[in-house]
Amino acid sequence: MHPFAYVAPNTVAEAVAVLAEHGDRARPLAGGTDLLVKARANVWELDAVVDVKNIPELMSLSVNGDGLSIGAGVPCYQVYENEEIQAQYPGIVDGASIIGGIQVQSRAGLGGNLCNAAPSADGIPSLIAYGAVAKISGSNGNREVAIEDFATGPSRTVLDNDELLTSIEVPKPAANSGAAYTRFIPRNEMDIAVAAVGAFVQLDSSGQNFESARIALASVGPTPILAKAAGDSLAGKPVNDESIDAAAALAKDAATPITDMRGTVDQRKHLVEVLTGRMLRQAVERARG
Amino acid sequence: MVATFETKTDYKVIGKSPIRHDGLDKVTGRAIYGGDVKAPGLIWGEVLRSPHAHARIKRIDTSAAEAMDGVFAVLTHDDFPTVDEREVSTGEDVVNLKRDQANIMADKKVHYKGHVVAAVAAVDRNTAQQAANAIKVEYDVLTPVSNVDDAMGDGAPVILEGLVGDHLGEEVENTNVAKVFRHEFGDVEDAFANSDIVIERTVSMSMIHQGYIEPHNATAIWAQDGNITVWSSTQGSFGVRAQTAGMIGVPESRVKVNYVEIGGGFGGKTKVYLAPVAALLSRKSGGRPVKLVMDRSSVFEATGPAPGGKIRMKIGATNDGKITAADTDIMLESGGYPGSAVGAAAICVFACYNLPSSKITGYDVLVNKPKSAAYRAPGSPQASFAIETVIDEICDAGGFDKIQFRLDNAAHEGTRRGDGVQFIRVGLEECLQAAKDSDHWNSPLGDAPEGKARGRGVASAYWMNGGGVSTCDIMLQDDGTVMLNEGSADIGGTRTSIAMQAAEVLGIPVEDFHPSIPDTDSIGFTGVTGGSRTTYTTGLAAYNAAHKLVDELKNRLADLWETEVENIDFNEGTFTANRDSIGIQELASKLDPTGGPATATASVNLAEAGNAYGVQICDLEVDLATGKTDVIRYTAIQDVGKAVHPQYAEGQIQGGVVQGLGWALNEEYFITDDGAMANRSFLDYRMPTSLDMPMIDTIMVEIANPLHPYGVRGVGEVPICPPLSAAAQAVKEATGKSYYELPVKPGRILEALNGD
Repeated sequence: MHPFAYVAPNTVAEAVAVLAEHGDRARPLAGGTDLLVKARANVWELDAVVDVKNIPELMSLSVNGDGLSIGAGVPCYQVYENEEIQAQYPGIVDGASIIGGIQVQSRAGLGGNLCNAAPSADGIPSLIAYGAVAKISGSNGNREVAIEDFATGPSRTVLDNDELLTSIEVPKPAANSGAAYTRFIPRNEMDIAVAAVGAFVQLDSSGQNFESARIALASVGPTPILAKAAGDSLAGKPVNDESIDAAAALAKDAATPITDMRGTVDQRKHLVEVLTGRMLRQAVERARG
Repeated sequence: MVATFETKTDYKVIGKSPIRHDGLDKVTGRAIYGGDVKAPGLIWGEVLRSPHAHARIKRIDTSAAEAMDGVFAVLTHDDFPTVDEREVSTGEDVVNLKRDQANIMADKKVHYKGHVVAAVAAVDRNTAQQAANAIKVEYDVLTPVSNVDDAMGDGAPVILEGLVGDHLGEEVENTNVAKVFRHEFGDVEDAFANSDIVIERTVSMSMIHQGYIEPHNATAIWAQDGNITVWSSTQGSFGVRAQTAGMIGVPESRVKVNYVEIGGGFGGKTKVYLAPVAALLSRKSGGRPVKLVMDRSSVFEATGPAPGGKIRMKIGATNDGKITAADTDIMLESGGYPGSAVGAAAICVFACYNLPSSKITGYDVLVNKPKSAAYRAPGSPQASFAIETVIDEICDAGGFDKIQFRLDNAAHEGTRRGDGVQFIRVGLEECLQAAKDSDHWNSPLGDAPEGKARGRGVASAYWMNGGGVSTCDIMLQDDGTVMLNEGSADIGGTRTSIAMQAAEVLGIPVEDFHPSIPDTDSIGFTGVTGGSRTTYTTGLAAYNAAHKLVDELKNRLADLWETEVENIDFNEGTFTANRDSIGIQELASKLDPTGGPATATASVNLAEAGNAYGVQICDLEVDLATGKTDVIRYTAIQDVGKAVHPQYAEGQIQGGVVQGLGWALNEEYFITDDGAMANRSFLDYRMPTSLDMPMIDTIMVEIANPLHPYGVRGVGEVPICPPLSAAAQAVKEATGKSYYELPVKPGRILEALNGD
């Protein structure tokens, strides 16, 4: 491991200044569950590590009438143990509660999960399905990026070297909506998704028809994927096997997996179709209360 | 010469489950493991590993590493002395010093990815890592050979240059097949011709790893007087001593190996990788203590996994359910150097059956993967998968009940094992009967939830167990407690199970024992904890030492009581003669006038061990849309001889089953086209977690081993064998598809289901 300086600023501006100074040889540190592993394995050679946990706005978590705001350094357990989040954002809880094990969830957060930009990130598909955005601060000011546009490839994001993710903003779901996320793993815990699907559905007041839906996939492409056509196909459709199966088939088409040690192309595409059907049905169940 | 015993049946200590003596230290973190070792002036070693699976080393340039601040020594194979192709026994398998030396530090060629090519010692671990990475190696990259088919194919690249293969007694050059051997009796061809049912299948399995939680480690000091001190987590300190001394070319008496606690071995910590490197680095660093600890990927890539391979299996039977003949070719991957578990596989493969004719041909095949090592009943799980898969199909074809068929053909006392050994009293029939009578076998599978299907599999297996050499010293203290020293590394609570056997003899509570495992200078030779030998063999040494102590105490009492030794009786901890009577612990305080403390030592060398049999039943549920499997009920039936400590015996059985289920369902070395292991982390090497396992129910059958006074049999290894086939047959029943390749992972199940 390359020796690095440890910096723990109290403001976003200070953090951005350190990041800007070191270019690609500095990284923000929140839970450290990805950063320390990569530094130790010499995947990253860093001169500075910028601990963001002393920056209040990166550690704040709030749920209110506008929606959910998750500071970039907030660990998963704070998200999934929050009763309001459990009630309003079950899809996010589904993902946050299966990242690593209990110890990892006590340190790792959704912000880090997003910035680590793994194709298999369990935290990302639900954020995409809910239509969340990432708030970013940098030397040149602030900007917002839709979650589905945040990762640009495996371990690559839209962040410039002098930019910092500050929070994830999730809009408040309307009545008659529901969401769910699951992954396929050969074991029951502590594993990386072979394929994963998050779904958000907005039903009409009768609960019998889809108004809209968003479906996001993981582990079946270089980044988590918004399967837009699959979600859009449900708009105005009745909630039945035919419409759900058709959407699942479209989600399968949106998947662009590779064959590797975790699974094959055919297996992963098949799993996307199966899991999409299951998640749509579960999201509908949740929407109906 | 084999001693047999009339088995004792009324016990005071044996058969209870006391708390282990090392338990508190282990649960509070106070126990010292190899990774905890510190020494004044300690420096760190690190190795450089080959990025290629098969390559010739053209040049190693160590100059940049040597020039770095804080670097004390750099090592390559040139720093090792030339050693002969001498073989030393580790107690479980045999080590060829020259080849093992090349295995721990590559000599001209690298035989697998992760093969060590150089090492450094530096002031701290980080500097050592950076120095190792600064070593420049030029390779001539060769085509990797990744499986037995490629290795045995025409024109296959030869991995070990100069290897002369022994193919059924014929010397063969330019080969990757180190050995072909055969055990044969009866005329199998004639028997097949006269069979009503003949089924032949070829099964295959991937290389897999033991997955012990503690990585390999070693700390060594090569002092100025030429004495070498080693600390290393190992299954056998004497094996470390022999291998280290042999590879660095010094007499064994120059090497002292200190015992440290071991965080799992399962056979993989019988071989030495780091201690000779640490010792040579220490010498080159002016006698500083040097410590090396592997990371997880190195453990996967460059220690000793269990061989994968391929097994052809042909079985014949009559319509009334009798096996007529069995014929098999067992091809196992030895890894980068010769020496797979194929010999043991050949011994075990047909050992559950009483066969009128059989033919077993074994192939020891080199591939560009890490040199395989022992893993819990080495060779037997692979063999069990092959035979039990075909037996299951014979039962299906003939409409035979799967347990009754095994009972009708079961090996028993007098049965000739495939390699010619005749069985003494064994407990397979009793295990099968217990399985047949079990609640599990007699309970329905139950209905699966929608979209899922259930299946049940049953399989049996065998392990011969080990004997060998063990030593135990006993010292009775003034206060009536007992210091017990023994040479076996403590795995699974063996300190306690050994002490219990002495406690039973002496009539002293086992809680009053202080069992210790001293360094190799302080106890007589003892083989590795492996081969399920320790509770049996070292336990017998403790039993003998305890009897010697009783004899010694009788001599002392004869003085005190002014009587003849013959007049003194000893029973359940009390000596009596005429009107005199004294408890052994009270006597302890009165020994000074009789010549000081009473001590006794005993060594044993046991040529034979009792055999172990297990029968297991697996219920499993398959998600038909995803191929996901969940084991929902599991029962392991095993002949344990006599469970010295029933909780530990049960724990051994449950642990073996869990490892076997991992092997059956998900674990594999996933090898890329360039010969690398892709999944070299616990994240992607999918061992079962606690959430993947149901409670493993056990039924312990106690058929006394006639070779041990308490009837003890080794229990630790055979339970890993049956799960491979039991789980595969359960998936077969659930999905209606057959599986001939391990692991039976979800992707394979999906392929089978969607293949129509």
